[in-house]
Amino acid sequence: METTKKKNFNLRSLGVLVLVLYIVFLIGPIAGLDVPTIAASIKANPLQLIQFLIIGISNGAIIAIIALGYTMVYGIIELINFAHGDVYMIGVFTSLTVLSLTGTLNSTNPVQIVLGLAFALIIAIVVCASLNATIERLAYRRLRNAPRLAPLISAIGMSFIIENIGLMWAAQAWLVPSFGTTGGASQKVFPDMLSALFKATGFNGGDVNLLVASGLPLRLTVKDILVIVLAVALMTGLYLFVQRTQLGKAMRATAQNRDAAKMLGIDIDLVITATFLIGGGLAGAAGLMAGLYNNTAWWFMGFRAGLQAFTAAVLGGIGNITGAMLGGFLIGLLASFSDGYLNARWTNAWVFATLVLILLFRPTGLLGEQVGQKA
Amino acid sequence: MNLFEARKVTKMFGGLVAVNNVDFTLEKGMIAGLIGPNGAGKTTFFNSITGIYPISSGEMNFDGHDITKLKPFQITALGIARTFQNIRLFSNMSAMENVLVGQHVRLHSTLIGQITHSAATMKEEANAHAKALDMLEFVGLRRTDAEVTAKNLSYGLQRRLEIARALATDPKLLLLDEPTAGMNPNETLDLTSFIQRLRSDLGLTILLIEHHMRVVMGISDRVSVLDYGEKIAEGLPADVQKDQRVVEAYLGKGTVTK
Ligand SMILES: Nc1ncnc2c1ncn2[C@@H]1O[C@H](COP(=O)(O)OP(=O)(O)OP(=O)(O)O)[C@@H](O)[C@H]1O
Ligand SMILES: [Mg+2]
Repeated sequence: METTKKKNFNLRSLGVLVLVLYIVFLIGPIAGLDVPTIAASIKANPLQLIQFLIIGISNGAIIAIIALGYTMVYGIIELINFAHGDVYMIGVFTSLTVLSLTGTLNSTNPVQIVLGLAFALIIAIVVCASLNATIERLAYRRLRNAPRLAPLISAIGMSFIIENIGLMWAAQAWLVPSFGTTGGASQKVFPDMLSALFKATGFNGGDVNLLVASGLPLRLTVKDILVIVLAVALMTGLYLFVQRTQLGKAMRATAQNRDAAKMLGIDIDLVITATFLIGGGLAGAAGLMAGLYNNTAWWFMGFRAGLQAFTAAVLGGIGNITGAMLGGFLIGLLASFSDGYLNARWTNAWVFATLVLILLFRPTGLLGEQVGQKA
Repeated sequence: MNLFEARKVTKMFGGLVAVNNVDFTLEKGMIAGLIGPNGAGKTTFFNSITGIYPISSGEMNFDGHDITKLKPFQITALGIARTFQNIRLFSNMSAMENVLVGQHVRLHSTLIGQITHSAATMKEEANAHAKALDMLEFVGLRRTDAEVTAKNLSYGLQRRLEIARALATDPKLLLLDEPTAGMNPNETLDLTSFIQRLRSDLGLTILLIEHHMRVVMGISDRVSVLDYGEKIAEGLPADVQKDQRVVEAYLGKGTVTK
């Protein structure tokens, strides 16, 4: 018995080794993994490493917020909500539309801009929260006791529907003039409101780069700081909610054992709706943050974000809230280094490869999954 | 007065009739036993009472309320609690937290109060905590067990914790699904007297599914027998034991003096 176990283990390590070698030497070079060039570029400009770190952490913060939605839903009903990334895309479009309709996009009045952004944040949260809860009500609830594949396919269907709504939305130049007349399929600009606002204050000589005085070839902008601060605030809020409130406790109880939770007076439907509301609201907030940070809006942007966030959730341990946050930052860093040193076109492939490797070799993720035990 | 009444309750799974046209009543303050061979429909009957499965036909009444179409959380709020045949604790929560979840239904503090730890919330939490400790003590867990993660408790303690958690919902009727399953003879004896204390100290009405004949026959005021979903006998333990149909269906299989 013991020896076969050991042998299996060795075979497994051998398998991992072969796979890693294969990726590094065969697929790697095509996907930009060219070690000497990378080493040379790090040597030439070591500070760039820190630059990619900053970008990685900022984007990671956004990914982490989206990942929370995947992980919370999976924790409770063991469904991968494939439409979640697209809900986030709707968050981007909603906030951009609100900024446009309130005249914030063209405003130079700092007070109006701040108020407009706050309003856009609230509306994006409300819209995405209700959208996510509606998706659950329409597409998942009836399938709760159906075989696993059914709600999964239903989720993919919802994803397609929402992507097409985004596609149509992006063609409505009367709503958002900056959408232009090129149709819905092209990438749109999400104006860099924060930098504009910051310049208007005249602080730091009006330069958005807070490190400009240091003379280093590094950029740390008000955008980076705002995104990270907002993300940390949302995560802290969620943590307090889940740990302290009765509803949070009911969520944890439902995640761990649904039948027992039912028998302890917990309204499961309410708990599930609340979970989708919170996950959707977080995606809405992430939408505004990402729009302001990356300055693009695109109907298909939920796919990449969803892929990265889902991988982050699995990497941290699906169902595990702390894990999703950790995974978000790690995937943000991976994507940032891949964009910077490898080849941005292959970043999705690297993220996918990570997902496959985790699922193969550590399916419970870094911090362990937290899903209910089967009856 | 009848605390619980079921009239012609039927539960079907597709073509399988798991509970068949069962009439069943519970008087306030009684300890009733429910027995029957494996697959007879006992657990399904519990699931029907508690709303886990919507029943196919029939009516159920509890404490003056029609509960036929209510959801589990509503039924719990009216005062029915249960334990499960295979333990279903919140295994990653502490024993204390498990009981606190049970008190969920009876708490009133606001969401904002809970997040900010307002004075009113803290007072309610402190009360809940004290009540939970009492509950744990009552079922026989020590103070040091309160903070232990549920999955790390011994099997016997897990069973007791499940009862404590059910009691935390402040029930009038407690349904126990094979509470002595997997226990050794000593633990079984303990639990038997504990069930009697549930009635004498807390004034509960108890319905008990049990395979240990000595336990059921010893503490039940009345025993009902299910076989293939049908109630085939009901009465005093001594009478049921002698019933010809019961002997054929069940006791004849050599389980009589287990
Ligand atoms: N969810 C379900 N779906 C389909 N059939 C079910 C379901 N639950 C129970 N059954 C069937 O209903 C019948 C009664 O099962 P039940 O679990 O109620 O028996 P039981 O009397 O509790 O048996 P045991 O003594 O083994 O616990 C069995 O034939 C079982 O297979
Ligand atoms: Mg059973």
